[in-house]
Amino acid sequence: MFTTINPGFFSTIQDSGRWGYQAYGMPVAGAMDRYAYRVANLLVGNKANAAAIEMTLLGASFKFDESQLVALCGADMQAKLDGVSVKNWSAFVVQKGSELKLEYAVTGCRAYLAVRGGIDVPNVLGSRSTYTRAKVGGLEGRALRQGDVLNVANDTEDEVQAGNLKVDYVPQYEQSITLRILLGPQDDMFTAEAIETLLKSEYVITDEADRMGYRLEGPKIAHIDKADIVSDALPFGAIQVPAHGMPIIMMADRQTTGGYAKIGAVIGPDLLKLAQAKPGNEVRFRLCRTRGIQFK
Amino acid sequence: MNGVELFHAGEQGLVVEFGKEVNKTINSKVHKLAKGLMAKANKAILEIVPTYRSLLVYFDPLSMKREELITQIEDLLISETQALQSGEEKEIASIVHIPVCYQDEFAPDLKFVAEYNGISADEVVGIHSSTPYLVYMLGFTPGFPYLGGMSPRIAAPRLDKPRVQIPAGSVGIAGSQTGFYPIESPGGWRLIGRTPIKAFNSAVANSFLFSAGDYLQFKPISVDEFHQIRKQVDAGTYSPEVTELQRG
Repeated sequence: MFTTINPGFFSTIQDSGRWGYQAYGMPVAGAMDRYAYRVANLLVGNKANAAAIEMTLLGASFKFDESQLVALCGADMQAKLDGVSVKNWSAFVVQKGSELKLEYAVTGCRAYLAVRGGIDVPNVLGSRSTYTRAKVGGLEGRALRQGDVLNVANDTEDEVQAGNLKVDYVPQYEQSITLRILLGPQDDMFTAEAIETLLKSEYVITDEADRMGYRLEGPKIAHIDKADIVSDALPFGAIQVPAHGMPIIMMADRQTTGGYAKIGAVIGPDLLKLAQAKPGNEVRFRLCRTRGIQFK
Repeated sequence: MNGVELFHAGEQGLVVEFGKEVNKTINSKVHKLAKGLMAKANKAILEIVPTYRSLLVYFDPLSMKREELITQIEDLLISETQALQSGEEKEIASIVHIPVCYQDEFAPDLKFVAEYNGISADEVVGIHSSTPYLVYMLGFTPGFPYLGGMSPRIAAPRLDKPRVQIPAGSVGIAGSQTGFYPIESPGGWRLIGRTPIKAFNSAVANSFLFSAGDYLQFKPISVDEFHQIRKQVDAGTYSPEVTELQRG
């Protein structure tokens, strides 16, 4: 058990997502940076799907009522345990009565705190992830507040000891990122120049960048004719382009369906770079080579 | 495959598209393929999202190649075409009956819809509740149904300025579309009634009352009935009437 002293800017309980209900209009949610979330659970010996705390830009602080093995991964939020710096991408023991305090993210945007056993909140439709827009999952479907008491579950798998992630596996978060994309499903609604523009230009992440989607600004991506389609499904990483010609990349809390043409989608392994990018950071796109897809 | 197209949706997504427009035939093909794929219970298929005219198959590219998934889809489409040609095509759809109170306190725009179409409010209610509507897909918010088949005689334009907050259960008309809001949200639809039921309720075992491919039919109820049903819904004891519709 541990208590929220300060909830930070926007901290929610997340796991690997609420899969299986998109056909009912239920967004997947789940950790934005699946890599940092997964590593945090691994470092404390948790099951792959154990619930952790995702913090955004400005971290939270917690007081522990019992001794606990925890791990911090993702954005570097200058974590201090009773005033002494602790390493990011590492697992360490917090003694009973100690306070873990995170601050502003000096690199990256989202930090993950995993506790051995995972966070114990009710399982809603197969997941503990918080989806705040419909008040589903996590702690009463909302972000953490001061005074919130968090209980620890029993989602453990391996016996582990405190330690660091090997430095080779620690990602570097850059101010300027390159995202690999696959074109489709509606790339044929854009001019050839528009696709060139997307691949050759630099886009900037605007302030409208949250768990639902990242709006970018840069050279206009022109449609051949219209920007609207008969709504279809939106995958994680889909690049929607409304009539104004600026891309919106759909993230964990995206709605299940959308009505704007999608020029392409960012591939899974590169989504973590975007999830760790801040407003003001630059984004470039590169095309993945792929074979065409068709029936025999 | 005739008129069926495939597209990438990232490296974990395959879009199978049956057309670009909204119609029943296309939509029924979408749901048939979705059911066929789900019946295969292939562990490499993570989730299937059927929409108006296409479906998105999420799969794990590390345990199944895209080509393999495409072959499976092709086989299903071929066997469906054969079933269609041999006349085996008969399917039963469910009609879920949704109680709606069309009384003034829940229907701020009913008069407008009536006047706009030159008919009485009672006629609007009569027409709106007389036919089952196909649930083409769900999306926008959890449990939100995109319905088709409303009579053009009660069509009405959206509000110029959307309302900031619409109560959950509000039933509305937007152009030739109708539907209801499962959770409180902003919206520009003309509101002609309200249902006491919850299309999405995470507190009960059966969290969603209907799926895409079902039909919904609205049933007029009184204010008293509205409050009675609301109590049952809150207690988790309400289940809507479901009948069968023969189609095919």
